[in-house]
Amino acid sequence: MSPSGQGAKEERINPEASADTKAEAIASPRKELALAPSLSLKEMAATAKKLRRHVITMIGKAGSGHPGGSLSAAEIITALYFKVLRHDPANPRWAERDRFILSKGHAAPILYAALAERGYFPGEELAALRTLGSCLQGHCDMTATRGVEMSSGSLGQGLSFGIGIALAGRLNARDYRVYVLLGDGECDEGQVWEAAMASAHFKLDNLVAIVDHNELQIDGWNRDVMNLEPLPEKWKAFGWHTIEVNGHDLSQLIAAFDEAKRVRGKPTAIIAHTIKGKGVSFMENNVDFHGKAPTPAEMEKALEELK
Amino acid sequence: MEQSTREAYGKTLVELGRQNPDIVVLDADLSKSTMTSLFAKEFPQRFFDCGIAEQNMIGIAAGLAASGKTVFVSTFAVFAPGRCFDQIRMSVAQPGQNVKIVTTHSGITVGEDGTSHHAIEDLALICPLPNFTVVVPADATEAAQAVKVAAQTYGPFYIRLSRPKTPLVYASDYKFTLGKAATLREGKDITVIATGIMVAAALGAAQNLALDGIDCRVLSMSTLKPLDRDAIVKAAMETGAIVTAEEHLRRGGLGSAVAQIVAEQRPVPMSFIAINDIYAKSGKAEELLKRHRLTAADIESAVRSLILKKRA
Repeated sequence: MSPSGQGAKEERINPEASADTKAEAIASPRKELALAPSLSLKEMAATAKKLRRHVITMIGKAGSGHPGGSLSAAEIITALYFKVLRHDPANPRWAERDRFILSKGHAAPILYAALAERGYFPGEELAALRTLGSCLQGHCDMTATRGVEMSSGSLGQGLSFGIGIALAGRLNARDYRVYVLLGDGECDEGQVWEAAMASAHFKLDNLVAIVDHNELQIDGWNRDVMNLEPLPEKWKAFGWHTIEVNGHDLSQLIAAFDEAKRVRGKPTAIIAHTIKGKGVSFMENNVDFHGKAPTPAEMEKALEELK
Repeated sequence: MEQSTREAYGKTLVELGRQNPDIVVLDADLSKSTMTSLFAKEFPQRFFDCGIAEQNMIGIAAGLAASGKTVFVSTFAVFAPGRCFDQIRMSVAQPGQNVKIVTTHSGITVGEDGTSHHAIEDLALICPLPNFTVVVPADATEAAQAVKVAAQTYGPFYIRLSRPKTPLVYASDYKFTLGKAATLREGKDITVIATGIMVAAALGAAQNLALDGIDCRVLSMSTLKPLDRDAIVKAAMETGAIVTAEEHLRRGGLGSAVAQIVAEQRPVPMSFIAINDIYAKSGKAEELLKRHRLTAADIESAVRSLILKKRA
């Protein structure tokens, strides 16, 4: 049925496919534009703090959300969105862009804060988090938010999705890179290890997994709920180039992302040791703030600490 | 003449692969059985065996689809959607990814493999998912066409195929239309709405009933979602009684979906040929179909009882 084969091409309304074609023409001038702003480490640290303030304000205003795991990932997200990623906020479907997948979808606020700061949507939208009609859903929704690559929220699925994008990059001979941020508690999910095995099997050196290792999950410490250790050794055993960093040290994070770019023939896992609730004294290592909004008084106190 | 729907699928995939370089195929260590091995042989670069890891396979499919690929994913119907329902729900259905889940070895005609391998719940899992299109071809001719239509139609698809060779029920010039029931036999006394392998059984029943002067309409309802409401309402209005027939549990498949429309639009007496809230055991396909009352003879007797009810 060859006429239908032709028809298939014309009838397709795949948004990515059309973006792909359009992007060809603008790929090279955009490449320059898409480079991250050259911020000093000090400026990036200030940016991470700013993102944390957004997280507190957004969740406080919404009255619900997950501050703990958003705050622990502030430096990881800052390093990616303000340094590492090749992306273009004016053209979120740019075919050559690096992809960032937030597998731990409950940390959406920290991603939204970065996307707003990079201009994917107006900063005022942050105040509408979790409200009816807002583009900022409680958990990541790729159909709702400009710049969000994958719908997530049910844990364990992001790395598999990342493999698909990485394989497509290989098939299409594109040199973009794929970054997937997982929670450590999320690594309880069997699918994460199915995906870990497959990533190494397919030799995906364009794929990086970052584990936000804050050691806490809803019911308590990882070691008490479901022991993950030795976590770095597990990733190594699954065939990954594995790097451990202090997840709040921007220079260590950036160095790890650079190192990952030089690795050939295998994916890279960055185990980022972090503190849940980092930056707000009464949220740090306090699992109660995994999925609880600060009260107005707590919000004020937190913002004071994040000045 | 008989051919298996999975064989038609495997051959069609190769044909599609030649026409469209964006077609990618995934399997979970069952490619020889699902027949995706034919595609793998011709297009090794575009075929990914994901091993025995269906959840991961669905996620990979979604990622490929999000990157512009038309992705066909295959395994047995018992493993998808069953083994990876949440992955289908969040990674495929919710964002409406261009992923085509084509499963084989559905229903109890898998036979000897036994209860664990009898996929009789899959339609109940997949049909409620928003954004999904669901097709259960009645024969190999229709399977080939449905697979082509799926490749041409953007969005999530579930296509349910069988293991055994099954009779060809359509004329050689048959053209499958998505979302439309095919009227294989006109009739005014009663309508049998069947899907999958039960279409052949329904035709057999209708032939026998005609000998006794019962004029039985036969609709092949290969698209379960979106369901052809018009054909169902018309059947209810014009024939006043409906029997549904499917190789699936009574709840959540064709029968419940048809009943919902009939109850809303035009209530008429109905009866349901399906597996009755029980798991089947090992046995030959024919033996199991008989044991679970999924034969032409069972449709025939359901029609006779319903006609009495209609006249009462």
